[in-house]
Amino acid sequence: MPDAITELNGDIRNKLVAGGTNINDLLKYFITKADKLVDINPIKDFNSIFRLENGGVRLGALHTNADTAYDPIIEECYPLLSKAILAGASAQIRNMATNGGNLLQRTRCYYFYDINTPCNKRDPGSGCSAINGYNRIHAILGQSESCIAVFPSDMCVALAALDAVVNIDGPEGERTLPFADFHRIPGDTPHIDNNLTYGEIISGIDIPKKGFEKNYSYLKLRDRSSYSFALVSVATALDIEDSTIKEARIALGGVAHKPWRVIEAEDFLKEKQPSRENFAIAADIILEGAKGYKHNSFKIELAKRAIIRNCIMALNPETQRPGAKPSL
Amino acid sequence: MNNRNEHSVSLNVNGRHYQLDIQPWVSLLDVLREHLHFTGTKKGCDHGQCGACTVLVNGKRILSCLTLGVMKDGAQITTIEGISNGENLHPVQKAFIEHDAFQCGYCTPGQICSAVGMLGENKAQTREEVQELMSGNLCRCGANKGIIDAVMAVKEGGYNE
Ligand SMILES: Cc1cc2nc3c(=O)[nH]c(=O)nc-3n(C[C@H](O)[C@H](O)[C@H](O)COP(=O)(O)OP(=O)(O)OC[C@H]3O[C@@H](n4cnc5c(N)ncnc54)[C@H](O)[C@@H]3O)c2cc1C
Ligand code: SF4
Ligand code: FES
Ligand code: FES
Repeated sequence: MPDAITELNGDIRNKLVAGGTNINDLLKYFITKADKLVDINPIKDFNSIFRLENGGVRLGALHTNADTAYDPIIEECYPLLSKAILAGASAQIRNMATNGGNLLQRTRCYYFYDINTPCNKRDPGSGCSAINGYNRIHAILGQSESCIAVFPSDMCVALAALDAVVNIDGPEGERTLPFADFHRIPGDTPHIDNNLTYGEIISGIDIPKKGFEKNYSYLKLRDRSSYSFALVSVATALDIEDSTIKEARIALGGVAHKPWRVIEAEDFLKEKQPSRENFAIAADIILEGAKGYKHNSFKIELAKRAIIRNCIMALNPETQRPGAKPSL
Repeated sequence: MNNRNEHSVSLNVNGRHYQLDIQPWVSLLDVLREHLHFTGTKKGCDHGQCGACTVLVNGKRILSCLTLGVMKDGAQITTIEGISNGENLHPVQKAFIEHDAFQCGYCTPGQICSAVGMLGENKAQTREEVQELMSGNLCRCGANKGIIDAVMAVKEGGYNE
């Protein structure tokens, strides 16, 4: 067990810092408070990328987002992950941000950031200012009456699609969580973002061997074309043989409290032709039950179109280049 | 740690060694500006959203407003004051002047440090890629076209040390 866990001393007022790009910002706004910050960067074991015996790869929790995106193994075998990371934040932030910190970044809901307004995530029981407020960036899937915030990560959308596994170390020993079970929906406890318990530390993230390097695409739609969070993003990974889809993964970002996958839609695509019509049916399945609010209902149609377009781009990843024409 | 909560930190800034006592909550940006008086590095937003505070830490461009001085103990830091070789301007600086890459100049130290960092990374070849990898530096005067022109001119070898 790393010394950092001992240094936290089981006291919730003590916090860990990795890249600092989120926690230092939250401290400045008095959204997070810390009596003591424990800098985990000295834990060298968490700062590498290496091949696992099962053919997969482990991303160290303290490896930076930039070094991960540009790592030769990741670029070659998991280009979907590279693309998603590079769609996030800016070059400077990616040079600082770590893989573990990326999973634990907090929502960008404006009211969460404004300590003068009620917010159940920041101050449990105070109410949600977004539901009847300005909610253009908020959730359309999996939200609750308590909170309609979205989880803002790009990297995690790709990790969800790739069936990653989170490695956790803590006072009770080591454990792993499948990516789908790492983040949670808000329910009536929106102050809890994920299933990491206090005092635990992420040591690394494992990605299975299958990288979908032939047919993948990441599409991020936002209000400006760079250095901005997603309104809707889509990670698509397809395994295609003889013009038939053998396996499909579709994960959405910017629409829910966690990266969003709907297994029924992915099952529907199995053994089907990779056609616009089939992708449209999958998109309808994914958005079934989606609910919009005053300013974000546009996201439902936007997400459907983004899914279709991204699945088509995945058929020929070259078409992800700016200005390239779709292949279908 | 002393009784004012200060930690002893050693930093190498622009080739010179500094030993300082700083409180743990002080950002690297404030250490550079307020403690060491390298005021070339600018505070735009103080929240990671503008790039004005960009400096090079161990050769990599980062935002000095989002890291803490105490986390950079032992680091080599280059600010805009350390980019030129004495009176001899860095190629990026020369190109900025010739391509009209600034108006008020507030974002410029961050733009130049970012451009130097980006050239070192060598991930951007086309103009579009340069635009994308320079997007972390906002310019409220809208000098962006000149900035990208300047960086492209350096990439194309038009400027030498
Ligand atoms: C202006 C701006 C724009 C951004 N745009 C995007 C974007 O478009 N897309 C995107 O995906 N992200 C974006 N980001 C967010 C950025 O990616 C995250 O802030 C970053 O990934 C967090 O990583 P970090 O290492 O800096 O985390 P820190 O700030 O160091 O830590 C974040 C949290 O995680 C905890 N922590 C960190 N590491 C561990 C660990 N190993 N184990 C246990 N706990 C840990 C800390 O205690 C803290 O609570 C943006 C950030 C900024 C400031
Ligand atoms: S959506 Fe969630 S984070 Fe935003 S104000 Fe409501 S409770 Fe707070
Ligand atoms: S001052 Fe650091 S990014 Fe704006
Ligand atoms: S020159 Fe004025 S902000 Fe860029």
